[in-house]
Amino acid sequence: MIPLSYYLLLSGFLFACGVAGFLIKRNIITIFMSIELMLNGVNLSFVAFAARWHALSGHVFVFFVMLVAAAEAAVGLAIIIAVYRTRETLDVDRMNLLKL
Amino acid sequence: MTPYLHLWLIPILPLAGAAINGLFGKKASRAGVSTVALLGSGSAFLMGLRAAAVFPSLPVIPHQEFLAHWLRSGMFSVDFSFYLDQLSLVMLLVVTGVGFLIHVYSIGYMWDDPGYYRFFSYLNLFLFFMLTLVLAGNYLLMFVGWEGVGLASYLLIGFWFTKDSAASAGKKAFIVNRIGDFGFLIGLFLMIQHFKSLDFDHVFDSVVHLGPGATTEALLAAIGILLMVGACGKSAQIPLYVWLPDAMEGPTPVSALIHAATMVTAGVYMVARSHVIFEGAPLALAVVAIVGTLTAIFAATIGITQTDIKKVLAYSTVSQLGYMFIACGVGAFSAGIFHLMTHAFFKGLLFLAAGSVIHGVSGEQDMRKMGGLRKYMPWTFWTMTIATFAIAGFPPLAGFFSKDEILWMAYSSPHGSWVFWLVGVVTAFITSFYMFRLWFMTFFGEYRGTSHHTNDHGHGHGHDDGHGHAPHESPMVMLAPLMILAVLSIVGGWVGIGGRFEHFLAPAVGVLPEPAVEGGNLESYLMYVSVAAAVGGLGLAWLLYYRSKDLPARIAASLGGLYRMVFNKYYVDEIYDAVLVRPLIVFSRAVLWQGADRGVIDAAVNGSGTTTREVSNGLRQMQSGNLRSYAGWIAAGSAVVIAYMVWAGVR
Amino acid sequence: MCVAGAVNLLLQRHPINSALSLIVVMAALAGEYLLLGAEFVAAVQVIVYAGAIMVLFVFVIMLLNAGVEERSAGSRVSWLLGIPGMLTGSLLVAWVLLRHAGTETVKIGEQFGPPRAIGQLLFHEFLLPFEVTSILILIAVLGAVALATKPEKPVEGGSR
Repeated sequence: MIPLSYYLLLSGFLFACGVAGFLIKRNIITIFMSIELMLNGVNLSFVAFAARWHALSGHVFVFFVMLVAAAEAAVGLAIIIAVYRTRETLDVDRMNLLKL
Repeated sequence: MTPYLHLWLIPILPLAGAAINGLFGKKASRAGVSTVALLGSGSAFLMGLRAAAVFPSLPVIPHQEFLAHWLRSGMFSVDFSFYLDQLSLVMLLVVTGVGFLIHVYSIGYMWDDPGYYRFFSYLNLFLFFMLTLVLAGNYLLMFVGWEGVGLASYLLIGFWFTKDSAASAGKKAFIVNRIGDFGFLIGLFLMIQHFKSLDFDHVFDSVVHLGPGATTEALLAAIGILLMVGACGKSAQIPLYVWLPDAMEGPTPVSALIHAATMVTAGVYMVARSHVIFEGAPLALAVVAIVGTLTAIFAATIGITQTDIKKVLAYSTVSQLGYMFIACGVGAFSAGIFHLMTHAFFKGLLFLAAGSVIHGVSGEQDMRKMGGLRKYMPWTFWTMTIATFAIAGFPPLAGFFSKDEILWMAYSSPHGSWVFWLVGVVTAFITSFYMFRLWFMTFFGEYRGTSHHTNDHGHGHGHDDGHGHAPHESPMVMLAPLMILAVLSIVGGWVGIGGRFEHFLAPAVGVLPEPAVEGGNLESYLMYVSVAAAVGGLGLAWLLYYRSKDLPARIAASLGGLYRMVFNKYYVDEIYDAVLVRPLIVFSRAVLWQGADRGVIDAAVNGSGTTTREVSNGLRQMQSGNLRSYAGWIAAGSAVVIAYMVWAGVR
Repeated sequence: MCVAGAVNLLLQRHPINSALSLIVVMAALAGEYLLLGAEFVAAVQVIVYAGAIMVLFVFVIMLLNAGVEERSAGSRVSWLLGIPGMLTGSLLVAWVLLRHAGTETVKIGEQFGPPRAIGQLLFHEFLLPFEVTSILILIAVLGAVALATKPEKPVEGGSR
């Protein structure tokens, strides 16, 4: 019998790592991977709750999250490739065309 | 069965005339404009005659006619309703009759003026407002007319608005009027507060039912004095008379109509109409009488020294209005109205004749440059002579009857006193003097003017003879009204014989107060005194301006400073300027303009703009294009949200 | 193992190392899911996430020849606001969880949902999201292809 809150703590920790990675890292691909880490953390909390309440809809939701993550990863990486072609760099600080 | 007289049409017809002339007059011919104007005023006059004809057979007097609802606010309601009783009938006939004659006269006088259509439009507009004032059934509608005649006066005084002095005079008239109107308004507010209504019937009934007592007297005195303030503004009494002499900048028909016969009498009408209020407050009556007395003699003294023919007449008007207020102030309201009527005749005639003189000498208004004109303008001379004798109070002309009535009442009424009478007699003497001075200077002796005078009031009297020619008589269209008015000046006073006029007006303005002194011989004796004063004035004028022409100059020189002071109208205008006008301008400039307007309002508006700019400049730093800083902001923001939710959940 | 993997992801300088540690995290998570009785999810995790997505990542890293990351001054905001913000947020959550941690427990390894039940759920209650996500994937595929295609160079003859 593991207390539910342990799972949630772990999930929170993973999420926090993801955010930290997002903020710290310079390489855009690494930043992307931090995003995936965040999503994984959230998935964990979903599954934990589903186990607690024996609700299968939690699993279904995880399923959808993974789907969306996949789609998003695909598109995101495509964007990165496109940007790399013009900018010749993977340094996120150099990709500042968003500046007003 | 009360017949419906369509009283509302009486003001509306001139309004229609004004509208037509105002909108279409520019392109129309002068004949067309004149026709419309004459129709506007003439039809009003005819309706007035019809009302007079029907009047004896009216079942209920005062005859009231309701036109439309106006204001309904809680307990207070006011309607467009018209009121016909003896007093308003008299005023109606005077206003429309004299008004119509002046319209006819103006056709000749203003013939060459480029603003011909505008003049008649304004003139008709004035008639509309004046008739509204006279026929109104409640104080609020009367106030509409009151304000409106002030507006019309402004428009007409400043008719030649390209002339600075004329424009300023118009402004002065309007502003000084406004001061009086303020007092009037406060009086109206008091009435609303205490009587919950402004209808004449209602108010006067309430006043009667208030009963005697100190608080009643105080209230009525307050209302009365405030109404008197309004009357001072409109009827040019001390201290608000200063606009009337300046108003002579307007064309002479305007001076005749507005500033002699009708508008300035609105104050007297209003006081007479409110006689119930005044009779309940002896203090207010005293104020009215004192103001009237002071004004009468004050203005008369100024009139002695003036050299502009119209200014003499202007001060004479102020003085005669003082007489009317003396009458009201001693409770003899019908005497005041009587004098109002006769004054309309002879003062209107005097102004019109003066206009004829000015027209005849191509615009010269300075009497020192006139003289001997009776050879050139016989008709003008004779009509003006009749008017001069009338105003001086020579029997059996009109002025004698009304002025004598006032003097007798001033002496004998319970509210009166011998002081009022004495001042009145002295003023009568002075009046006679300066009027005959005018008469002698203008019509007798040698012609002192240059007949080729291209006046600097040039376009200023509508007869722009660039080349000028010898003084000449005016056309018939101008002379006919003079003759009619002359006849009225002769016979107009005869309605007062035997107290017929007073008896007629009694239901409207109350009976004359019972003399505190036994009449009969005393009355006749006083009458002789006033006639003597008139003759004395004539004699002195004859001496100074006919026999020994150099005497006036020597007297003036020896009186030195006193003469100068009187000549400069006691410097009243200058005093007002220094004490009131300049501080007001300084205050407006420093405090209101720079302080409040620029400092507060502009600063607020500009400040908000500047602040917005600063703030947005700061916020702009957020948009750096740097992804990671965006992420940073997001993380920080989410922390705030989480914190809030935790806090909210913990509570 | 999750924790180790996650921390490692942060510490590594080369993206490929970060990718590998992410794979480790996912594998560990799959194990967790199994412990929680979600074997379908665990399977999907391994197949889709670790198998497909991470492979994609590795492909791209290799393709773009991502090099070692230089140490450099990052955005000041992210350091000043982000790290403290993130720390605050997570500490708050942790505090809440620990305070209210209580009696809720989860049985290890208890299995309560055969894949068939999940499938049934998918096609009954969650039919609409299911269909929508399939369209979403379609769009993603098209988008990725459109974005990543090399633009044609008109003048130079050069084989693509």
